[in-house]
Amino acid sequence: MNEIVPAHNIGGYVPMIDGPEKVSGRAKYTADILAPGQLAGRIYRSPFSHGEIVDLDVSEALKVPGVRAIVTGADCDKAFGVLPIARSEYPLARERVRYRGEPVAAVAAVDDASAREALRRIKFKVRELPAYYTSKDALAPGSVALHEKKPGNIERDVLFELGSTEQGFAQADLVREGTYNCAEVCQNQMEMHAAIAEYDTLRDRMTVHASTQVPYYVHLMLSQILGMEMSRIRVIKPHVGGGFGCRTETLAIELIAALLARKCNGTVRLVTTREETFITHRGRPETDIRLKVGMHKDGRITAVECDCDQRGGAHSGYGIVTILYSGSMLYAIYDLHNVKYVGKRVLTNTPPCGAFRGHGTVDIRFAFESLLDEMAGELGLDPFAVRRANLLTAPTFTDNDMMVNSYGLPECLDWVEKQSGWSKRIGNMPKGKGLGMACSHYISGASKPVNWTGEPHATVKIKLDFDGSIVVLSGAADIGQGSTTILAQTVAEVLGLDLARIRVVTGDSEVVPKDNGSYSSRVTFMVGNAALDAARNLKSLLTAAAARKLEARPEDIECLGELYRAGAQDKGATFDEVVTEALKDSGTITVTGNYSTIPESHGSKKYRGAAIGGTMGYSYSAQVVEVSVDEDTGVVTVDKVWVAHDCGKALNRLTVEGQVQGSVWMGMGQAMSEEAAYHDGLMLTANMLDYRVPTIQDSPPIEVGIVESMDPHGPFGAKEAGEGSLAAFLPALTNAIADAIGIRFNDLPVTPDRVFEAIEKCKRALEKTPKKNGGA
Amino acid sequence: MTRLLEFTLNGRDRADAVADNILLLDFLREQIGLTGTKTGCDGGECGACTVLIDDKPALSCLTIAATVAGKRVDTIESLGTDGQLSAVQRGFHEKLGSQCGYCTPGFIMASAGLLRKNPNPSEDEIKEALGSNICRCTGYVKIIEAVKYAAALNGQGVSP
Repeated sequence: MNEIVPAHNIGGYVPMIDGPEKVSGRAKYTADILAPGQLAGRIYRSPFSHGEIVDLDVSEALKVPGVRAIVTGADCDKAFGVLPIARSEYPLARERVRYRGEPVAAVAAVDDASAREALRRIKFKVRELPAYYTSKDALAPGSVALHEKKPGNIERDVLFELGSTEQGFAQADLVREGTYNCAEVCQNQMEMHAAIAEYDTLRDRMTVHASTQVPYYVHLMLSQILGMEMSRIRVIKPHVGGGFGCRTETLAIELIAALLARKCNGTVRLVTTREETFITHRGRPETDIRLKVGMHKDGRITAVECDCDQRGGAHSGYGIVTILYSGSMLYAIYDLHNVKYVGKRVLTNTPPCGAFRGHGTVDIRFAFESLLDEMAGELGLDPFAVRRANLLTAPTFTDNDMMVNSYGLPECLDWVEKQSGWSKRIGNMPKGKGLGMACSHYISGASKPVNWTGEPHATVKIKLDFDGSIVVLSGAADIGQGSTTILAQTVAEVLGLDLARIRVVTGDSEVVPKDNGSYSSRVTFMVGNAALDAARNLKSLLTAAAARKLEARPEDIECLGELYRAGAQDKGATFDEVVTEALKDSGTITVTGNYSTIPESHGSKKYRGAAIGGTMGYSYSAQVVEVSVDEDTGVVTVDKVWVAHDCGKALNRLTVEGQVQGSVWMGMGQAMSEEAAYHDGLMLTANMLDYRVPTIQDSPPIEVGIVESMDPHGPFGAKEAGEGSLAAFLPALTNAIADAIGIRFNDLPVTPDRVFEAIEKCKRALEKTPKKNGGA
Repeated sequence: MTRLLEFTLNGRDRADAVADNILLLDFLREQIGLTGTKTGCDGGECGACTVLIDDKPALSCLTIAATVAGKRVDTIESLGTDGQLSAVQRGFHEKLGSQCGYCTPGFIMASAGLLRKNPNPSEDEIKEALGSNICRCTGYVKIIEAVKYAAALNGQGVSP
């Protein structure tokens, strides 16, 4: 007799369960949802960077045949914003415009051509105000405040000192300081922003399809902006073509579509251009960092002092959180004490920044790992040895009370060191070639949600009916990261069933339980844990039913997925028989699973905003990057990347590898070519030719090592995999370039012209230096 | 002005009234409702709208619909037969060449065009053929694996 075993669904290479739709063109994204009678929406955007609105005349635009409605700031006097403490943005500007491209008016017309014609006839006058495009200008004495409540254009300043940096630096054998500048970068996800709003006049109900990572936040903001009860609103998230953070807050797009739909009593499809998608922005702010580190001669860090200015753009967005993350996430990767952080989030007349993948941690990590590399060199230490001299010992709490339960960084270091052949190759690379390494980390979901309601952090429902079908209902937003697949795998694993038995329904507020959304890498950890809980609850119902049917005690029932039995000698009951028995009591079964973080993970109260950075589990990453530098052209080629990522437990090795490779590669774009550039506030790079995303020709092989530290709180031990490996690429690259040509780049991106200029500067300096006597 | 466009779309002959200035992309998506072909940029930047015109990859966002008169146009909806995925589709699905899926139809059509012309492409040839398609999720590593796998499946008789 064959041994009966339950199906296993965790830990293998599992293609995404919604893959067939994506590869066949059947997956519907928001802009793909066409229906007769839909109106076309278009947005009129401010051509001015900063000004008081003097006149907005839409009378001629309204005369264009086919125009059904025009909305302006007069149609909505309520502000929106993701943080309840920082709602300064109107769907359509009122009184003032603060950046070029800010929405001012919007048109709904029978077709796109009519809508565009109407935009051309809108007359807009402002009294121009001084505009600031850099943090420095916005902070200058006497500058005009963008927002009355934010004098000096400081959205938020952060200051903390834990321990004594004075004492720490006094204990150091080497103290070094560096300044760093990271250009502003954009998510530039492949799907342009889109929303379809359908207003049901008879029932006063609003349905909005939105390309969002956070359907629940969109729901909240629609209610607030429209002044409609939440129960009258339905939000549907179709397939979403990437997000990387720009869709972790409600965007003006979905709000404007809804305002238009209500005004014209119809359905409005608002699909933005690529240029508008860039200008809607929510990318990573330009960041200036001054970092000072003290180090013992054995590599141990004795003190850290860090100043960080972020050019946040014209509205807060997630800005307050970003500037806090940059400080708090100095911790939880190394054993640091005596740390001082001074952060400033600055308001400028540029499009609002937001939460880009690796939120708040990336630029700081670039500076930190760069300076460690430089200091290692000066002390004659291997860069790996410096990291190893500063490792944490888990479980522990950091000085800012961040809870670290699992810590696979040592194993990550070992893996990339070995795989890259580091020990033998470092110092022996041919001319123009170099190796660099660096580490990074990230949270698995923020332990305190943005909108605190007292509910569990995540809720999942499972429905089981007469046909034996198992339907997982979740609000988690799959944006391509594969969360739907992870939920199916989790439920299948607990029940011992084949993955094909499980269906997952997501993305419709009318059907699925509320979820906070896909951000801060929370879904696998939090929603995964809720799915685990729900599946266990279902399993205990089925086990009880099987016990009744088999006339055995529940504790004696063995669940083998398709078969439930009371001991190995029992013929048992099939899954379908058990389902039939279970339904006798209640009819259709619905079980709930919940997950909440524990208070110990909620971070610190040691300074204002210290809860930011608190999580149930940190992921860790180490990377080695190999480069070739063409000293005649300044072109840097990445030949190979080795990356090890501690994701606790890889529930799906295929998608973990995909996430890690994607993160590393996105870090490469930021490090080497991507930059949002402006001229008088006009974004010059608002297209995919000038905003240079690496092509397949530019992209290196990326070898992934998965480290499994088995987090005690993660579902099956899992932590995040989708963000933590981005940051380490940046410093690993510049460290490799420094190894190759002896020049260290503290400003990003490291474009060929910058490299060429630096090489030429070095050559000129060498020519000027008089040759010393003697030598080898 | 409007004209009658006669051409072959996904293996079927058709005749449609089209505006002289409508782009093939907009004609496919907005007029016929074949939304598998994606709009990813404001024109010629990203490759998401790639279709095959007489078996050669072309950007439908830079093609006036009227210019395909008498030609064969294949979109993502044409791939796969008898309810089975094509070799390239299987490659992108099974090897995770697709994450969010938005660039995927363009990549798949460019890859199918490559394999129809060159059933055994080298890695450099794959990179060259896909050099004007942008993917923002994968870092391309698994896309290259997907196309190699598709070429192997194609060698075993699965149509590209």
